[in-house]
Amino acid sequence: MDTLVAQLQRQFRDYTISLYHQGFLDDQFTELKKLQDECSPDFVAEVVSLFFEDCEKLIGNMARALDQTGNVDFSLVGSSVHQLKGSSSSVGAKRVKGLCVTFKECCDSQNFEGCVRCLQQVDIEYKSLKAKLQDLFNLEQQIVQAGGRIPQVDI
Amino acid sequence: MAKDGGVSCLRSSEMMSVGIGGMEPPPLDLDEVHVLAVDDSLVDRIVIERLLRITSCKVTAVDSGWRALEFLGLDNDKASAEFDKLKVDMIITDYCMPGMTGYELLKKIKESSSFRQVPVVIMSSENVLTRIDRCLEEGAEDFLLKPVKLADVKRLRNCLTGDVKLSNGNKRKLPEDSVTVDTSLPPPPPPSSLTLSTNSSDSSPPLSPVEVFSSPLSSPEEVDDVLTSSPEESPIRRQKMGSPGLD
Repeated sequence: MDTLVAQLQRQFRDYTISLYHQGFLDDQFTELKKLQDECSPDFVAEVVSLFFEDCEKLIGNMARALDQTGNVDFSLVGSSVHQLKGSSSSVGAKRVKGLCVTFKECCDSQNFEGCVRCLQQVDIEYKSLKAKLQDLFNLEQQIVQAGGRIPQVDI
Repeated sequence: MAKDGGVSCLRSSEMMSVGIGGMEPPPLDLDEVHVLAVDDSLVDRIVIERLLRITSCKVTAVDSGWRALEFLGLDNDKASAEFDKLKVDMIITDYCMPGMTGYELLKKIKESSSFRQVPVVIMSSENVLTRIDRCLEEGAEDFLLKPVKLADVKRLRNCLTGDVKLSNGNKRKLPEDSVTVDTSLPPPPPPSSLTLSTNSSDSSPPLSPVEVFSSPLSSPEEVDDVLTSSPEESPIRRQKMGSPGLD
């Protein structure tokens, strides 16, 4: 008989694996999980939360810079992209990081349309990741509330 | 977490002054490693701080080179007695920072009489050979490629306690380097005492970006660059921090 805990654990496992396989997360996210323990049980959630705040702030900076029609400071946009690339790399946000690479190229070549496109994509992407990780954390909570342990998932 | 740019601060003078009633102050925990971490990115600061704490280091995390110098008492020419007792065992800094780069910070630290012996580790998201070379030549102990992993920090930590296992990893591995170290080379400078040994018992982990970079597939030209770029530098120094991939 499949208990609620077992079902939730299987869901959690499958969802985690899919996030990696679809390229949303990479092994740096796994590294972050290693830093979580009983003393810091919410470490990953806290770090990704800071990351998403960072995303919002930096994307805002980029949007403002790109909004200066006729007077866009591409180095300013580029510097925000560089920062976003760094923090996305540090948390394992693989797709966001990948978009930042393309975005940086557009900044370097002062490609305005390219930058605008990248900005839109990066905005969509971080929000999508945010929703997915929220779902993942919710699953964790449900497992714990049902009296189970969060399984270790080997990718 | 170090969200405000500075947290715990291990000053010997403060430690000595802590006492309860008439009792003796607690002895200085000289084994406790204190690391100063410098990074302008909040996310990276949180991560590096956690990486260091989980490897039993005390951490002070600051968000700029200027704050680091301020913390070390190097921000003005006046020597302060208070800073003479400041115990910092390692400084780990991001390379790309606004205002003062990690390289500039490294130079200032190496120019100071009080802190020039403190190992300085540079972190960077960019794998640029000339950058790495420049930092090592300026006296950096090691160069970590971001994102930094637990294995990287554990390796640094082991080094600081003098328990260095040199193996098949360093940031500038030459194709002909094997796991053994040429012991005919001059010994490394004090204060670290190195234990040179091979490390065949550990299983090899999956390749990290650093290992990919330092794989034997590097071209002969690159090898020449390594050999000629810093002739004074002993290969032992480059290998000093040991393997990047060992847990």
